[in-house]
Amino acid sequence: MASDKVMQISDSEFDSKVLQGDLPCLVDFWAPWCGPCKAIGPVIDELAQEYDGKLSIVKMNVDDNPATPGKYGIRAIPTLILFKDGEKVDQITGAVGKAQLTELIGKAV
Amino acid sequence: MQTADYQLIIIGGGPAGLTAGLYAARARLRCLLVEKGALGGQVLTTDWIDNYPGFIEGISGFELVEKMTSHAARFELETMIANVSSVDLQEKIKILHLENGKPLSAQSIIICTGGSPGKLNIPGEKDFTGRGVSYCATCDAPFYKDQEIAVVGGGNTAIQEAVHLAKFARKVTVIHRREELRATQIVQEKAFANNKIEFIFNAEVTEIQGGENGVQHLVLAHKDGTESILEVTGIFILIGVDPNNELLPMESLEKDTYGFIVTDTEMRTSLPGVFAAGDIRSKNFRQVVNAAGEGATAELSAEHFLANL
Repeated sequence: MASDKVMQISDSEFDSKVLQGDLPCLVDFWAPWCGPCKAIGPVIDELAQEYDGKLSIVKMNVDDNPATPGKYGIRAIPTLILFKDGEKVDQITGAVGKAQLTELIGKAV
Repeated sequence: MQTADYQLIIIGGGPAGLTAGLYAARARLRCLLVEKGALGGQVLTTDWIDNYPGFIEGISGFELVEKMTSHAARFELETMIANVSSVDLQEKIKILHLENGKPLSAQSIIICTGGSPGKLNIPGEKDFTGRGVSYCATCDAPFYKDQEIAVVGGGNTAIQEAVHLAKFARKVTVIHRREELRATQIVQEKAFANNKIEFIFNAEVTEIQGGENGVQHLVLAHKDGTESILEVTGIFILIGVDPNNELLPMESLEKDTYGFIVTDTEMRTSLPGVFAAGDIRSKNFRQVVNAAGEGATAELSAEHFLANL
């Protein structure tokens, strides 16, 4: 299943999985009460499939993990932040389409 | 005779498109629904819908979308997630150009591209989007727990979402440029009864200011010519919709001054075989229930058109 590619991570895993990971990483900050977050799920799964081996995509539930969203000043979800070599490259907020996400990913892959 | 990939292509998968799709699937048309982002459209960003008939206790926007999507899926509506880059509507066979993939052709088209939240177009709005400026109360309300925030607007969406936001925020100030609200009476009553909600009438936000951590305050211009500062950490802009018409050949479609598409009562646009339904249509009232109704009408009109080709 495609969604197997998208791992849920926690605050404590953020450094090792995102900042110190081998691949560029797209983090999808979401919450269960957010309709648009759920709605972009299928697109995120598709992208994870397409960029397998070139980009890691992870999800972080902002309800369970307040530290990382706080650190990055996230006050709207869904927010997707792209990281490369431990640095934030760019971010996008809202239920955007696949084309916009592909454009974002293009900045690091 | 020319052939097309589909008898009908529906562009946009909000309530109008999903209803048109449901009808088309039941009519066994060769039909495709193309959606750019997520099925459901703006309803996804609506916290609670209390005026869709049949849902006596109300229903969340997300759940209503799930039901509409499943309903269309039950009749095997074909859907595709893709970005449409442009559409040729003037010829007999209509062509959809996609950003990725080969063009698709259809004998008829229903435009259900909907709208996007209206913007104030003031300094600071763009810079602080996602850092204090929000267009979706359902999505972002919990980030403003015990904070002081503002809502701009006086319609149903603004006032209903102000009530939702007041569940989280310490104080919600509604800023409206007119003297009274436009929202439905029952929605207004709820807001006026909530002691966390305050109102500033006859005022417009002219600038959003802040720092590294996001929004800090708003500059308000009052009708009497005075200016004031309102300290808030968040501003929810809920002032109606702008038409999602960028991909449409607007020069060949009849439209109103705001760029919404004009149709007759049967949802026919100025081009034969092209129909429009939902928020993209020029009209006074944008409700989920009338979007759905227009979707049904548009599909039946398309069927009628196809039968008479």
